[in-house]
Amino acid sequence: MIRVVLPPHLRTLARVDGEVELDVDATVTQRSILDELETRYPMLRGTMRDHVTQLRRPLVRFFVCGEDLSHESPDAPLPEAIAKGSEPFVIIGAIAGG
Amino acid sequence: MSKLRVLVGTRKGAFILTADGARKRWKVSGPHFAGWEIYHVKGSTVDPNRIYASQTSAWFGQIIQRSDDGGKSWNTPGSSPEELKGPDGTPKAESNKFVYDGIPGTHQWYDGTQHPWEFKRVWHLEPSLHDPEHVYAGVEDAALFESKDGGKSWNELSGLRQHDTGPKWQPGAGGMCLHTILLDPQDRQRIFVAISAAGAFRTDDGGTTWKPINHGLHSEYIPDPNAEVGHCVHRIAMHPSRPDTLFMQKHWDVMRSDDSGDSWREVSGNLPSDFGFPIDVHAHEPETIYVVPIKSDSEHYPPNRRLRVYRSRTGGNEWEALTKGLPQRNCYVNVLRDAMSVDSLEPCGIYFGTTGGQVYTSPDAGDSWKPIVRDLPAVLSVEVQTLP
Repeated sequence: MIRVVLPPHLRTLARVDGEVELDVDATVTQRSILDELETRYPMLRGTMRDHVTQLRRPLVRFFVCGEDLSHESPDAPLPEAIAKGSEPFVIIGAIAGG
Repeated sequence: MSKLRVLVGTRKGAFILTADGARKRWKVSGPHFAGWEIYHVKGSTVDPNRIYASQTSAWFGQIIQRSDDGGKSWNTPGSSPEELKGPDGTPKAESNKFVYDGIPGTHQWYDGTQHPWEFKRVWHLEPSLHDPEHVYAGVEDAALFESKDGGKSWNELSGLRQHDTGPKWQPGAGGMCLHTILLDPQDRQRIFVAISAAGAFRTDDGGTTWKPINHGLHSEYIPDPNAEVGHCVHRIAMHPSRPDTLFMQKHWDVMRSDDSGDSWREVSGNLPSDFGFPIDVHAHEPETIYVVPIKSDSEHYPPNRRLRVYRSRTGGNEWEALTKGLPQRNCYVNVLRDAMSVDSLEPCGIYFGTTGGQVYTSPDAGDSWKPIVRDLPAVLSVEVQTLP
């Protein structure tokens, strides 16, 4: 079970409280998590990554086990702690704009 | 008795103000979509309970919201479980997918270089006059999109952006936005749009081909003040009974056309400043128009710190200040281009919102004003629905 923490605005949009729990059949990567997240919550499509290019939106960040992996390959396997659900995959809106 | 529903978009959410036809006691609901910028909220005239909203954020991009019950509940179109059965099982969910047609190309940037067209947000939503499922979206970077399935999917009417003059279009201070869409109630094929800072354009074939309609505009802030494009048009308005007559608030100058935009003449007359953003027309008097003069493009305050709506009953040139009930000292708010609207009651009601968060109403065509609310976030847009 993958645990995902959404930023507050996206929790409201997806109408969820707290963490989201996902099952990901493929290798656990940024891309496979986002694919599953958008399948479960289609209103999130286009809010974290571009519809067409699939590139991360500039002010969205992905934190994993205390590290910012936003600039890593979206297809790089994520740590075991994410795959096992002992640590959450954290999506945040950057602190920007005051 | 008729009812009124005022749809207010702000920097931090949408609000819905409702009253009966007496227009004295107002209820305020919201914020809807709290914390998001709501550029525009507008209902269909065919089905007034069908309302579209543009919800946007620099962080999370564009969202289109739709209500089918007059704003009580909202959904992103096409995201319900039964609508998500795409051929490969993946969700369609394309209500916020605005992709330019073909290779987007470039337009002029602030420094004069060419810059790629990049979608940023929807500024204005204009429901069709004939079908609640059909709605137009004016976007930044300037282009016109339409949806014929209630906002579930969008296609660009790319003849506009691909006009020969496109590479000469440039952003105004607020970005390069298509902010005004006027649908001709007497000719389904005719649409007027306005873009900052490119100018006004018209199609006579439903959006396939477009022509600039800027002859007569004079803008000292561009190299050729009489150029075909490059004018910072802030807003255009028409009365539905006379769609060939258009009124324009340009960056500077209030203008008028009586030939569907083919030619314009200035009607600023005795205004204290002819800079401003909104312009609107009385619901029952096609020659009565309203503007809110602003001191200058560098100081977005009312002249003399007094908030005054100006009304012309002669279609321009002769203007009277309307001040009763509006702050007449130490006022520094602005009124943005989409933040004025009229109801269709008798007498006509006028509404506008300010960057200070007030929404004012005049139930007597501008003679006197009262705030409906005083402390909302900065108001981006105001639309009024007159309901049976």
